[in-house]
Amino acid sequence: MADSGDITLACAQLWKVFGEGDLAGGLGASGAEAAALADSLRAEGHIVGCCDIDIEIKRGEFFVLMGLSGSGKSTLLRCLSRLTEPTAGRLTLDGEDFLNAGPKALMDIRRRKMGMVFQHFGLFPHMTVLDNVAFPLKVQGVGNGERENRARQMVSLVGLEGREAAYPHQLSGGQKQRVGIARSLAVDPEIWFLDEPFSALDPLIRWQMQSELLRLQNLFHKTVVFVTHDFIEAVRLADRIAIMKDGRVVQIGTPEDIVLNPADAYVSEFVKEAPRTKIIKVSQLMEPVEGDDAAEQGLDPGMTLEDALTWSAERGGTLSVTDTAGRTIGRIVPERLSAALSGARLD
Amino acid sequence: MTSAELTRRIGFATAPPAALAWLCVLIFAGVVTFAKTSLPWLQIYPASGVIPLADWVNAAIDALVSVVEPVTRGIALLLEWPMLGLRDLLQWTPWPIALLAVALLAFHAAGLRLALLCGVALVYIALAGFWHQAMNTMALVGIAVPLSLTIGLAAGIWAQRTKIGAGIVPPTLDMMQTMPTFAYLIPLLVLFGFGPVVGLIASAIYACPPMVRNVRLGLTRVPSEIAEAARISGSSRYQQLFWVELPAAMAQIKVGINQTIMAALSMVIIASVIGGFDDIGWEVLSTMRKARFGESLLSGAVIVILAVVMDRISAAYAGRGRAQVGTTAKSWQLSPWTWATAGLVAFCLLLKALGLDLAIDGPAWAHEFAAWINTQLDGFVASSGQLLTDLKNAAFYYYLLPIRIGFSQAILPFTWGFTFTAEMQWGYWIALVLLTGLLILRGRWRSGGALMVAGYLLFFGLTALPWAVFFAWALLLAWQLGGCRLLLFVGGALAFILVTGMWERAMLSLYLCGAAVAMSFVLGASLGVWAAASGRVSAVLRPIADTFQTIPLFVFLIPVLMFFQVGEFTALLAIIAYAFVPALRYTENGLRQVSPQLIEVAVEQGCTKSQIFWQVKLPLAMPAILVGLNQTILYGFAMLVIAALVGTTGLGQQIFLALGAADTGLGLTAGLSMALLAMIADRMLQAIARQRFEGMQ
Repeated sequence: MADSGDITLACAQLWKVFGEGDLAGGLGASGAEAAALADSLRAEGHIVGCCDIDIEIKRGEFFVLMGLSGSGKSTLLRCLSRLTEPTAGRLTLDGEDFLNAGPKALMDIRRRKMGMVFQHFGLFPHMTVLDNVAFPLKVQGVGNGERENRARQMVSLVGLEGREAAYPHQLSGGQKQRVGIARSLAVDPEIWFLDEPFSALDPLIRWQMQSELLRLQNLFHKTVVFVTHDFIEAVRLADRIAIMKDGRVVQIGTPEDIVLNPADAYVSEFVKEAPRTKIIKVSQLMEPVEGDDAAEQGLDPGMTLEDALTWSAERGGTLSVTDTAGRTIGRIVPERLSAALSGARLD
Repeated sequence: MTSAELTRRIGFATAPPAALAWLCVLIFAGVVTFAKTSLPWLQIYPASGVIPLADWVNAAIDALVSVVEPVTRGIALLLEWPMLGLRDLLQWTPWPIALLAVALLAFHAAGLRLALLCGVALVYIALAGFWHQAMNTMALVGIAVPLSLTIGLAAGIWAQRTKIGAGIVPPTLDMMQTMPTFAYLIPLLVLFGFGPVVGLIASAIYACPPMVRNVRLGLTRVPSEIAEAARISGSSRYQQLFWVELPAAMAQIKVGINQTIMAALSMVIIASVIGGFDDIGWEVLSTMRKARFGESLLSGAVIVILAVVMDRISAAYAGRGRAQVGTTAKSWQLSPWTWATAGLVAFCLLLKALGLDLAIDGPAWAHEFAAWINTQLDGFVASSGQLLTDLKNAAFYYYLLPIRIGFSQAILPFTWGFTFTAEMQWGYWIALVLLTGLLILRGRWRSGGALMVAGYLLFFGLTALPWAVFFAWALLLAWQLGGCRLLLFVGGALAFILVTGMWERAMLSLYLCGAAVAMSFVLGASLGVWAAASGRVSAVLRPIADTFQTIPLFVFLIPVLMFFQVGEFTALLAIIAYAFVPALRYTENGLRQVSPQLIEVAVEQGCTKSQIFWQVKLPLAMPAILVGLNQTILYGFAMLVIAALVGTTGLGQQIFLALGAADTGLGLTAGLSMALLAMIADRMLQAIARQRFEGMQ
C-alpha cells in the first residue's frame, strides 16, 4: 500500500436513486437520517442504488466492494467511473471535482486514466482478440503500427499468444476474461475497475485468475476498485474491503479487521465462511509490550494464525512476538489463539 | 320453477354489467330494425352528414403542390438520374455476365447449391425473354433499397437514442404498415408527377419499417457491458455507435436488410400499375388485362424467381455465424473473390469489344410456349367450365352472399333452390331465440349473446346492417375488451369512416376480408395443427409457406384469375392464398413450443391424446395462435387492396380508382379507412390477448 495520504478516487455523501422526478435536491442527509430517507424513497417506488456513500481509495490500493446481489456494489462502481451519473454527492479524482468534468474532459480522462473489466466480459463480438485489445488505443487515435505492437504485448502478458486472430465466441470463459483484462490495461490506466470479473467462471479457473490478477497487480500497482459477491475472493485480493448492504456501506476495513471484528450480524454471516486461520495475523492477537531484546526468536508479527497455532503446539505456554531486529514486541496467551479460532469477537 | 329460482339461474341479479349492456344493444338492434321507415337515418347514414374531407385534402394538396413542386420535381430528377444510370448499366451488361456475377455472389453467400439454383433461375429469365423487363425492375430495386436502408438506419438510431424518436417512430411505423399500398402511391404521384420515380420513392418509404424495427431492436439488444466497455475506453458517441454498437447489432440488422429488400421488390412490382417503365410487374399486369395468361404465368414466374433469389442470397448473408463476419480489408485484397470480380469485368468488356450482345428479347419459342399455355388453358376452362362455375357459385351463394346481404335476401329459388318464406323466417328467429335462451339459462350468457349477434348478422347481412347497430356492437365489444381507451379509439375510427362517407364501402371491404380471413384462418390453423403433429408434413409445408411469404402479393392474382375470371370469388381465393400462411406458422410454432414437461405431466396423469391436445396443448398455444390470427387479418387487408385489380367493390376499389385519377383526397380517406379497420381488428385482438393470456408467456 502506498502513502496513506495520497487519495486517488473519493466520494462523499454519494447517492444514486433510479426513478422519475428531480431527486437530487433532497439527498443531503447522512447517517441514520439517510437510512430513513432511503426507506421512504423506496416506499415511493424508487430504486435506491447507493445511499450516502463515503469512500476514499488510495493510490495503488486494491479496494474491494463486496456485497450480495442488489446491494448496490456494481452501481457504486459505475458511479465512481461515471458510467452511471450519481444523483447527488461529491466525487473527486486526484483531488479534482470529477463530477464537474464535461463530456469532452470525461472522455479524455477515460481514455488516459481508466480501464474496466466486466462480469460478462463485454468483448466486442465482431472484433478479433487483437482488435478488442487494441480498441482503447484506436479510440485514442494511436497509429496502426504502435497500436498493434502494444496490443500484442498485452495479449502475451495475459498468456494468450497465438489466439490474436480468434473471435470472442471461439474462446473459453477464462480466455475471454484474459482478453478483457488485456484490453482494460492496454492504455496503462491509473485506475482499474473490475466488476465481478470472475463470477462467471468455474471455481478452479476463478482461483487461477485471482492468482493471475495478483501477479499483474504486483507488476503494475494500479489503483484497483474490484467488485465481488464472494467474500473469500475479497479477502484473498483486497488491501481494504467495503461491505455493502441495501445501497449502504456497512463496514470498511482490512480483511483481518473485518474477520476479527465484524460490524454486525450481516457481516458475521460472511465472516463465518472465511478461512480465519489464514487471514488473522499474529500482530492483531498479541498484547503489545515494551520492546526489549528477546532471549530467543519469537513469532513473526505477520505470521498467520495457522502458523502460530503450529508453533504453539510445539512449544506451549505464552508466546512472545519478535520483530525483525530481534526485539520482543508482544505476547500471546494460547487461550487467545483458540478464541481467535473459534470466532469470538476480539476487541 | 319459481320466478326467484329463474332469476337466479339466469343470473340476472349477478349478471355482469356487460351482459346487461349486450341485452340493451340487442333490443336496440331490434328497435332499429322494426322502425325501418320511421328512423331511416339509423339505417343508412345520410349523405347530408358527410364531411367533404376528400375535397379539403385535395385543396390542401393542390396548394402544397404549387409551393413545393419545384423541390419535389428536383428530387424526382435527382433520383431518376442514378436510377436510369443503373438501368442502362444493367441493360448494357450481357446477361451471361450478370448471371455469373449473381451465381458467384450466391456461392459466396451459401455455397454451390444456392449458386446453381440462382444460375438456373436466371437462365430461365433470359431464355423466357424477360431479361429486359427484369433488369428494369432491378434498376428500381437497386436504387430503392439503399435509399430505404439509409432512411431505416437513421430512423432506427433516432428511435433508439432519443425520447422524441422513441415517441414518434413506432406509431408512424404502425400506421405505415397498415396503410394500403396503393394509397401510398397517390400523394406521391401528385407530388412527384407520373413516372417510375414514384414507384422508387414509394418502395423506399414502404420498405423501411422492417429496417427501422430491426436496427432499433438490434441496438437495444446490444449487451449493456459492450456499450459500457466502449464508453469506459473513452469513445466518442460516434465511435461508440459506429465502431461498437452497430457492428455488434449487425446480426439483427441483417435480418432487417433482408426484409427491406423483399418489401422493396414487392412495392416496386405493385407500383408498376402506374406504368410507363416496361418492368416485369407491368408485363404481368398488362398481359393479365389482355387475358393472355400464358405470358402472365411466364412473367409471373420471373417475379417469383427474382424474389426467391434475392431472399435466399440476403438471408444467407444474414444467417451467417459471427465467425465469418468482420473479415478485414487486408484479407479481402488477397481473396479469390477480388480476382473473380476482376475477371468478370474483363470478360464483360471483352464480350462488348467483340460486339457480342447476346441479347434475347421476346424469343419466338417463348411466345409459342405462352400461346400453347393459352390454348391449353382455354381448352381446360372450356372442358371443365361447368365444374369451375359450380364451385364458384357454391362458394358465392352459400358462403359469400349470406355474409354480404344475409339469408333474408340471399335465399332465392335462383340461388338456394327455394324461397325463404315468412314461415321459415319466423322459424329461424324462434330457433335463434330459443337457443340463445337455452345458453343463457345454462349461465353461458357470452355464447348466447354471440349467437344472437351472429344470427342477426347472417339474417340481414353485413352490408345491409343498419350502421347504428354495427356501431353499437363495435363500441360495446371494444369497451368490454379494452375499457374506455379502446372504446374511444374504435368510436373515433368508425366515426371517421362514417362522416367521410366511406361506411358502405368499408362494410363491403369488411365483408370480403372477413370472409377471406375466416377461411384463411381455418385453413392455416388446421394445416398448422397437422404440421405440428407430423414432422413430415411440416417438412413439406415449411418451404411452401416460406416461398409464399417472399412472393410479391401481385403474383397470387395470376392463377386464380386464370380459372375464375374477375370477381369476388377470385379475390377471396387470392386473399386466402396469401393470408393463410401466418395462421399456419404461428399455430405450428405455438403447438410445438409447448413445454415437453407439461405434456409429460399430462401423460403421467393418464390423459388421452385428444385430452392432451384440447386441454393442454391448445390452451397453451393459444397466445401464439392469436398472434397468427392477428397477422392473418393484417395480411388479408394488405391483399384486399391488391385484389381490387380483379374487380372487388369496397375501399380497395375506391383507392384504385383514386390512383387512376390521381385523386389524393379520395385515396387517402379510403386508404385511411382501410387502415383504421385493420387497426381496430388489431387492437381488439391485442386486448383479448392481454385480457385472457396475460402472464402466460
